Amino acid sequence: MNWKTLEDTHLRHLKALVFLLALLPLALLLTAAWQDNLGANPIEKITHNTGYWTLTFLLISLGVTPLRQLSGASWLVRLRRMLGLFAFFYACLHFLTYLVLDQFFDWSAIAKDILKRPYITVGFAAFVLLIPLAVTSTNAMQRRLGGKNWKRLHRLVYLIATAGVVHFAWLVKKDLSRPLLFAGILALLLVLRWINKLKVARLSRSYSTV
Amino acid sequence: MKLPCIPAIPASEITPRELFYQRRHFMQLALGGSAALLAGTAVGGEKLASSLSEAYGLTDKLTPLEDVSQYNNFYEFDTSKEGPAKMAGRLKTRPWTVSVEGEVRKPKQFAIEDLLKLAPMQERIYRLRCVEAWSMVIPWLGYPLAELLKQVEPTSEARYVEFVSLHDPEQLPGQRRAVLEWPYREGLRIDEAMHPLALLSFGLYGEVLPNQNGAPVRIVVPWKYGFKSAKSIVKIRLLKQQPTSSWMHAGPSEYGFYANVNPEVDHPRWSQAKERRLGEFLKRPTLPFNGYAEQVAGLYAGMDLTKNF
Repeated sequence: MNWKTLEDTHLRHLKALVFLLALLPLALLLTAAWQDNLGANPIEKITHNTGYWTLTFLLISLGVTPLRQLSGASWLVRLRRMLGLFAFFYACLHFLTYLVLDQFFDWSAIAKDILKRPYITVGFAAFVLLIPLAVTSTNAMQRRLGGKNWKRLHRLVYLIATAGVVHFAWLVKKDLSRPLLFAGILALLLVLRWINKLKVARLSRSYSTV
Repeated sequence: MKLPCIPAIPASEITPRELFYQRRHFMQLALGGSAALLAGTAVGGEKLASSLSEAYGLTDKLTPLEDVSQYNNFYEFDTSKEGPAKMAGRLKTRPWTVSVEGEVRKPKQFAIEDLLKLAPMQERIYRLRCVEAWSMVIPWLGYPLAELLKQVEPTSEARYVEFVSLHDPEQLPGQRRAVLEWPYREGLRIDEAMHPLALLSFGLYGEVLPNQNGAPVRIVVPWKYGFKSAKSIVKIRLLKQQPTSSWMHAGPSEYGFYANVNPEVDHPRWSQAKERRLGEFLKRPTLPFNGYAEQVAGLYAGMDLTKNF
């Protein structure tokens, strides 16, 4: 069997496995909450944890294409929608934590935050931009928009991931090591895409001259 | 107008405020202590005798010892909140000396044993407001910083006091990274340092300070953001000029010399109007000077606190 291709039954099993793995961070967080194991400031911990996993899933979903190009395993792309939707799922949890646990529907404080605090402005914008991507993630919506438009819309994910990393970097008090790690990975993934684009362009040029 | 009927309670039925306070304080101490035992936390454990200073009691509910000793900002160990408690075992607090020098008539090196005996140890319950918008209530043990400063007889030139914390990357692994400029430095104006609320602290919850809370000796300045209360101090210098603290050096636009708790003056990146008291769900409004305005506002009469943040 060639590992670069995958039969449908195997892909279904793999999808189920990835689905369960992607729920693991939430399961661990809920277990810690259940056991009163979230430390002295549980709301802060939940906020940071859901934010961390939002960024992580954004970067994993952005890593699918470069990984496919490097490995040649074409089935990887069929996991991408689920990974992207998990990024949206953790982003929703992150936003709900802020809305309910942190601010408890204090709308005036929230409005002030969004307008006056750049890190919240950027984070909120990234969350809002994720919504159309999640809504248009179905096959039907993809067909309705047409491949070209759909692709153009979903390029927003580069902007969203960048905004997410900036949101993280702007909120830490002093130690930038973790936001910089996310920024480094994001930069690497973008560079890999760019290199591949150049390669494809060169190939098509050389074909056209034949 | 009819006034609502107030049931008559004989005065003898009402628990005197002090007694009520002592009882609840005793219960909180007992609860906090047992919680720490259950969690097997690395606290000093050595008892430190003191008397509760009635003038410095608070009716606020105490933050449990477990939270006080497990949720720390002490970048010399680690920049996470849980890290300091895990790493704190590396710090050796004996032998320890504190050198008091600069604009003084009698500069002196104090051994920690002598500092412990320098003045009667008091228990004082203070609110601690972090610049990150969370707060705690902690029963500290110590005596006014003024007691120590009087010993060295500051000259008329001494206008500022600088506090220098231990610098030793072997014991303080966080210092291997230049997250802040090491050693950690903080400062006060001399009248702030001499104010009776400014405490030289050696313990909390009836025992010597856990290492992660700044053992063996630290200051506690309850009307300022927590980072002003320097930990694990080895040197105190009296100066003519205003010193630059580590946080001022790290972010001059974000951290000023005064750093008085002020709900009106936001951190450039977040609001200071409210705070989360650890253990409470809803945020509470932050009070000017962290609720100590009556005692300390006079120190800043005529100053623009927006500029002198």
